[in-house]
Amino acid sequence: MKYLDEYRDPEWARRLAGMIAETATRRWVVMEVCGGQTHTLMRYGIDEMVGGQVELVHGPGCPVCVTPVEVVDKAVAIAGRLGVIFVSYGDMLRVPGTRSDLYRVKAEGGDVRVVYSPMDAVELARRNPERRVVFFGIGFETTAPGNAMAVWKARREGLTNFSMLASHVLVPPAIDMILASPGNRVQGFIGPGHVCTVTGYADYEGLAAKYRTPIVVGGFEPVDLLEAILMLVRQLEQGRCEVENQYARSVKRLGNAAAQKVVAEVFEVADRPWRGIGTIPRSGLRIRQEYVPWDAERVYEVEDIGGPEPEGCISAEVLQGRKKPEECAEFGRGCTPAHPLGAPMVSSEGACAAFYLYRRRTGFGSAA
Amino acid sequence: MSGTGLACPLPLALPGRVVLGHGSGGRMSGELIRDLFLPAYGNAMLGRMEDQAVVGIGGCRLAMTTDSFVVKPLFFRGGDIGSLAVHGTVNDLAMGGARPLYLSAAFIIEEGLEMESLRRIAGSLGRAAARCGVEVVTGDTKVVEKGSGDGVFINTTGIGLVREGVKLSAAGARPGDAVLLSGPIGEHGIAILSEREGLEFEGEMVSDSAPLDTLVAAMLAASREIHCLRDPTRGGLSSALNELAAQSGVGIEIEEGAIPVRESVRGACELLGLDPLYVANEGKLVAIVDERAAGAVLEAMRSHPLGAEAARIGRVSGEDRGWVRMRTTFGTTRVVDMLPGDQLPRIC
Repeated sequence: MKYLDEYRDPEWARRLAGMIAETATRRWVVMEVCGGQTHTLMRYGIDEMVGGQVELVHGPGCPVCVTPVEVVDKAVAIAGRLGVIFVSYGDMLRVPGTRSDLYRVKAEGGDVRVVYSPMDAVELARRNPERRVVFFGIGFETTAPGNAMAVWKARREGLTNFSMLASHVLVPPAIDMILASPGNRVQGFIGPGHVCTVTGYADYEGLAAKYRTPIVVGGFEPVDLLEAILMLVRQLEQGRCEVENQYARSVKRLGNAAAQKVVAEVFEVADRPWRGIGTIPRSGLRIRQEYVPWDAERVYEVEDIGGPEPEGCISAEVLQGRKKPEECAEFGRGCTPAHPLGAPMVSSEGACAAFYLYRRRTGFGSAA
Repeated sequence: MSGTGLACPLPLALPGRVVLGHGSGGRMSGELIRDLFLPAYGNAMLGRMEDQAVVGIGGCRLAMTTDSFVVKPLFFRGGDIGSLAVHGTVNDLAMGGARPLYLSAAFIIEEGLEMESLRRIAGSLGRAAARCGVEVVTGDTKVVEKGSGDGVFINTTGIGLVREGVKLSAAGARPGDAVLLSGPIGEHGIAILSEREGLEFEGEMVSDSAPLDTLVAAMLAASREIHCLRDPTRGGLSSALNELAAQSGVGIEIEEGAIPVRESVRGACELLGLDPLYVANEGKLVAIVDERAAGAVLEAMRSHPLGAEAARIGRVSGEDRGWVRMRTTFGTTRVVDMLPGDQLPRIC
C-alpha cells in the first residue's frame, strides 16, 4: 500500500532499532499514551526489538477502556428502551457494565446498531423520524470533531429525534496526572499522533517543561514508533525535555483549526471520571447548554445503578503504566477477551487485550 | 485524581441468551458446542469436531456434512447465497477427502421475498451443483412470516465417498509437517462487508466462493501424505489453524511474509481496522502435509486454477502445543489467537 508500506519496512525498522541500541547508555522507561500505538507495538513485537534499551509501558489511551462504568450502565439502560435505536462503535458493545452490556441488550430485543461514523447515526435519525436515535459518542480528542459535527448538524436540521450520549476525555490532563503521581516511573512519552492532528501539541510543551520530561508526538506504524523512541532516547541521553514531532506528515503544532472550532461550539471542558482511575479535573468534554436537547444524558433520565465495584483486577495500575497486564493474577485466567473482568481486556487497543492477543504465554516473545 | 480506587466490574454470569458472537466461528462458537450441544447429543463421531463425519456403510466410507447459509446480502460480487450453499457443503466434503455426490437443499423463505430473486437463487444453486458434478436429490421448503427471517436461509446437506486410502483428519498434523495455503485470504469477507456497508474500494472486491473438490483431487493425486485439510471460512485462517493445532495437539508456526493477501483486501482491512487473518474465505484451503511430500503437493496446487497462488506458509512444531505463533516481517514472534467472538472494528 502506497504511503503505508514504507512505514512498515522491516529493513528500516531494524536500522532504527540498531540506532536506539547504539544511542542508549542505560535502560529508559517510555510510555505510549494511545491505544492504537499499544496495538502496533505488540503486533509487530517492537517491545521485543528494543527491550534491552527501553522499557515500554502502556498508557491510558484506549477510549473504550476509560469510559466510566456509570456511562456504560446509562447506555445499557437507554438502549433497552422501546422506540430507541442505539448506535455505537463496535468496541463498546462488549464492555461490561454493572449488570449487562450492549450485546446482551441487543440479544434481548434492543435495537443496537454498529456504525463507523457518527454521521451514519444522524442519517438513521433522518430516515426513521418515528424512532429516537441515540449515538454513543466516546473517545479522545480524535473522535470529538466528528461527534461534535453530528450534534451540530442535528441541531441545524432540527432533528429532534437524535441525541448523543457523550463521554469524551482529553489526553493532556491524563499525562499530567501520571507525571504528578508519586509512584511515577515514566521518563518520556510518545505523544498521541491522531489526537495531536486535531489539537496540535502546544499544550504538551507546558507539560514537558513542568515535569522536565520529553514528549515526542508519534505516528502509528512500526517505523513511526521506532523513530519516536529513538528521538526520545536521544533527548533523554542529552538531558533535553522538549516536545518534538515525529508524525509531521499529519500533525501541525497548532492542529486543525476547523476541527477545534466545531468541538468548541458543541462541547465545553469538564471534570470527568476515568474508568479504573477516578475523576481527573478538567479532563473531559460535555455538551454545552445550548445543545441540551441533543444531550442524551439530560434527555433520558436514567437512575444511577452504581453498584460498588469490587477490587478484582489491576486495571488502574495498568492504565497508569505502573503494572504490566501479565502481573495481574487474573490475566489469562479469570480475565480473557471472551470473559473480560476489566475494560482493558475488551478493546483490541486495551493493553490487556493487546498483551493477551499477541504476547500471552511465557517462553517466547516477552523480552521486556 | 480522586483516588476512588480500582474500578472493575464483577464478571457477568454466563449470558442467559444467545448473542451474535456465538455464531462467529470463534471461541464462543466452540464453547457453545462443547458446553451445550455435545452434552445434549454428543457421541464419539461428533466429538471429533471434524467438518464432516465419515461413517462406514457396507464397506464404503461415506462422508456426510451439513451447513446453513444466512448470508446478507443474498447477492454479492462473486456469487450469491445459492452458489455459496453448494460450495460450502461441497468444500466440507472435499476437506474430508471425499468425492461429493449428492446434496439436499432446504429453503426457509421469508414471506414477501420477490419470486424473481428466489428464481435466480435456485438457478444459481442448480448451476453450481452441476459444475461440481453433484445432484440435489432431496429438498424442503418452509415459509416464515415477514420479519421472522432475512429473505431466505438455505441449508444443504451433502454426502460423498471418501477416496480409497485417504485418511484426513483435523487431528492428523505431526511435528515437522509443512503448512500450505491455496491462495490469498480475506476476499469473501471483505466482498460481503463492502457490499453490505456500501463501501467502494479501489480494485474490485470479489468473493472467492468456489468449489474445492477438484483442487483436493489434484492434491491427493500428487500425494497421499496429506494429513489435514481445512477450508478457513468463518473466523478466517487464524481459526482454522487454531482448531488444527488444538485438535492435533501440536504447535503451528507461520511466517507473516509468506501469507498471500491481495493489495485491495489489505487496503480495505486497513481502513476497516480488520486483520485479514480473521476474515472469512469461501474458496481457500489449508493443507498440512508431510514435509517429504510438500513440494509435490504445492506443485499440484499451483497447477490448478484455484491454487495458482498457493504458498507454503509455515510448519508444524512439537513445541507450544495447541498454539499458533507467527514470525512477523520484523523477525519478532507473536501469538495468533482465535477471535473470542465477532471481529469488531476498532474505533480510532
